[in-house]
Amino acid sequence: MEERVVVEKIVKKYKTKKTELIALNGISFSVGRGEIFGLIGPDGAGKTSLFRILTTVLLADSGKSSVNGYDTVREYKKIRQCVGYMPGRFSLYQDLTVQENLEFFAAIFDADIKKNYRLIKDIYSQIEPFKDRKAGQLSGGMKQKLALSCALIHEPEVLFLDEPTTGVDAVSRKEFWEMLHRLKEEGITILVSTSYMDEASLCDRVALIQKGEILSINTPEGVREEFRRPLWAVKATEMFRLMNELAGDPAVASCYPFGQYHHVVLKTAGDDRGVLEALMKKGRYEQAEILSIKPNIEDCFMALMNK
Amino acid sequence: MKQLLIFVRKEWYHIWRDRRTLFILIGMPVVQIVLYGFALTNEVKNSRIAVLDESRDPATIKLIQEIGASRYFNVVRLIHSQKDIEAVFREGRTRMVVVFLRGFQDDLLHTNHAQVQLIADASDPNTANTLTNYASAIIADYQQSLNQGQTLPYQIKTQIRMLYNPELKGAYNFVPGVMALVLMLVCAMMTSISIVKEKEMGTMEVILVSPLKPFRIVIAKTIPYLFVSMVNIVSILLLSVYALDVPIVGNVWLLMAESILFTITSLSLGLLISNTAKTQQTAMFTSMMSLFLPTLLFSGFLFPVENMPVPLQVISNVVPAKWYYIIVKSVMIKGLGFASVWKETLILAGMTLFLLGISIKNFKIRLA
Amino acid sequence: MEKDKVITAKGLTKRFGDFIAVDAISFEVEKGEIFGFLGANGAGKTTAMRMLCGLSLPSSGEASVAGYDVYRQTELIKRSIGYMSQKFSLYEDLTVRENIRFYGGIYGLSDARIKEKTGLLLQQLHMEEQGNSLVRSLPLGWKQKLAFSIAIVHDPAIVFLDEPTGGVDPITRREFWSLIYAASDRGITVFVTTHYMDEAEYCHRVSIMVDGRIDALDTPERLMKEHDAASMDEVFLRLARKATRTGE
Repeated sequence: MEERVVVEKIVKKYKTKKTELIALNGISFSVGRGEIFGLIGPDGAGKTSLFRILTTVLLADSGKSSVNGYDTVREYKKIRQCVGYMPGRFSLYQDLTVQENLEFFAAIFDADIKKNYRLIKDIYSQIEPFKDRKAGQLSGGMKQKLALSCALIHEPEVLFLDEPTTGVDAVSRKEFWEMLHRLKEEGITILVSTSYMDEASLCDRVALIQKGEILSINTPEGVREEFRRPLWAVKATEMFRLMNELAGDPAVASCYPFGQYHHVVLKTAGDDRGVLEALMKKGRYEQAEILSIKPNIEDCFMALMNK
Repeated sequence: MKQLLIFVRKEWYHIWRDRRTLFILIGMPVVQIVLYGFALTNEVKNSRIAVLDESRDPATIKLIQEIGASRYFNVVRLIHSQKDIEAVFREGRTRMVVVFLRGFQDDLLHTNHAQVQLIADASDPNTANTLTNYASAIIADYQQSLNQGQTLPYQIKTQIRMLYNPELKGAYNFVPGVMALVLMLVCAMMTSISIVKEKEMGTMEVILVSPLKPFRIVIAKTIPYLFVSMVNIVSILLLSVYALDVPIVGNVWLLMAESILFTITSLSLGLLISNTAKTQQTAMFTSMMSLFLPTLLFSGFLFPVENMPVPLQVISNVVPAKWYYIIVKSVMIKGLGFASVWKETLILAGMTLFLLGISIKNFKIRLA
Repeated sequence: MEKDKVITAKGLTKRFGDFIAVDAISFEVEKGEIFGFLGANGAGKTTAMRMLCGLSLPSSGEASVAGYDVYRQTELIKRSIGYMSQKFSLYEDLTVRENIRFYGGIYGLSDARIKEKTGLLLQQLHMEEQGNSLVRSLPLGWKQKLAFSIAIVHDPAIVFLDEPTGGVDPITRREFWSLIYAASDRGITVFVTTHYMDEAEYCHRVSIMVDGRIDALDTPERLMKEHDAASMDEVFLRLARKATRTGE
């Protein structure tokens, strides 16, 4: 595997007068060519700091990193020629039209819109009908598409997308991920961060990140297999009471609501279903339902957070 | 080159589409000049004047009557000695004193030459100027009426003395002052705000990640404001010539060239501010406090620098506006050439190079 | 009257010129209900919510919130609701206590009551030690929970939550929802918008707006059954994909 992004023991701290915030606590990973690599974690996990370090706009306190074989500190100019970056808030000029935004970003990256149009055609054609509209008047989903077009217009080899789907509705999010998969086919390496755990399954590999540390790096499938204990979904009529009782019970390791069900892990090994049934009976719950399920990424994340 | 052009065009869109700010930028100097213009043409009517008549002959009495009859003047006091002049002004309400020395008519009839002295309170320079002009006109009329049919004309010499503000600092000071202020404000404040805005919006991050060189970013950011400043300089000069009657005595092109130099000085100050400011508010306040106020205080157009305590005089030397102000006054008002202002120009140019140098060098190639 | 209706809307409409942002929506929300208000960006959620909060006058239709009319009694409405959004909630440069004090004061709580509430609230959130810390210094998840607790500090009839859990880690997100359940248990109606579809499943009933109209309104269970879907995500995608409107 050709390695396009290498991160080695990167540390970044933000110091204020009183406190020291550790944004990245010595993390390491690498990403291969044409891979979609997801950094999955909540706000404040350190995702943005990492992206800024890799796109050369921020210096790490220690550790080494390289993009496309270039060192992010010494050879930052070379990196700036070959990466595309979409920062957290879609950084577009609100008072410029769609077309003007695209032209501007093409110009500063020294790119020819006509020549590279092929790459953004799928995405840009969806917003082209609104090309004379000011970017500030676009919906979240359209801003996101425009920002992606702007980040792609110079045919970057590595694309950094920092929370591209935040605040965007489920439909636009789905379309966005379909676009990313088409870009991957072009051989573009994509690093994407998100706080939506369900998006992890759309990546080739993911790093679950929390408080500046990586909890796990694996394929989405692999992450789920790391969850070794049996997981149960339970349901009854009085869900709120069930939640409180289960969470407070000494036999229960964890209990979290998940949509219509509560996901439960027990401390005991062995006859889990029996233990759960007994608990449900004791509480006199009606229409009780107990299912054995496979964990999803969010279950895994929470289990890793509690370690 | 194309990169730069597109960048400049983008900046221009920002300025052009924010009509309110553009209006203020272009309108502010106009409003300042016009407001001052109004203050200038404030009509002088029934001004209180005093007369010191040491002759008391028919000629002086006739002249005093003529002056008193005009709608501009109201003779309220007759004083009797030179010593009283000062006292009359100190009381405050008298604007001018007309002085006839002993033997006015005798002089006029026998030597054909006589003298009138007009002493005005020039702490309000415009009024003083207007009053002495009107009084001179009345005296000239009188002289003309005497001269009808005379072969040897009588000549009354009007001697004007301005008290308290002998150089009549007024519009002549105001125009160069406004120019310095406006350029400082437009260039420094607007450039710093426009750069900091990109930081706030997050667009600076993408620009930084692009291969664009910092030098070009800086140039592209400043060119549109250079243009706006030129518009301002021209509008101020036009207004001052046609509305305020402050002529451009010296070379216009020299004046423009010096103004461009000062514009670049202000732009580099703006860049310097944007290097440190994180929010648009900070940028604005920093510009206000560190540029606007010193320009107002130390350039010399509100308060004469010569009268300040020595430490402040020393400080005033580092305020670029002071040098620009001296240059504009020399070229525009006094009509001096480059030979007389090369020293100031050199100082200003040196400051500009220094500021531009450190602001480009300090331009962050990374986020803080 | 089976149950208290806390919100009723009939043909509620908002036009901006030719553009119909909210197109004659009708629904009712009961006391203590957790009502999920879903829709794609630009479907009209925000506009509808603003009308219900008394921040924007409807163009036509009727609605009452907490028993007050949205045309004439907006001031009374504002007194009986709480509001929290991801973007605007707390003052970062005030301490936790100062924030509670401020919002309590705005809603006219007595000093004694504010004091009592402050103690209670800090205890509930396990934040006794952080009472005098600046909100800025708290982790995002804590801020969100605090913001919610403050939004209901005056025991409003209804609390409006606009994407309250964006970017929060999954455990905090669940803690947040247990706060919502507790509020609902106390009889406070919760009106919530979210982009997390699993959160939609926590709601008692869910409405989905498409192009300014309410396209679906039912319990998550029945919606899933009706659309033969395994999750609310699927239901939402199916409905929202029909949208023709793109702008906001």
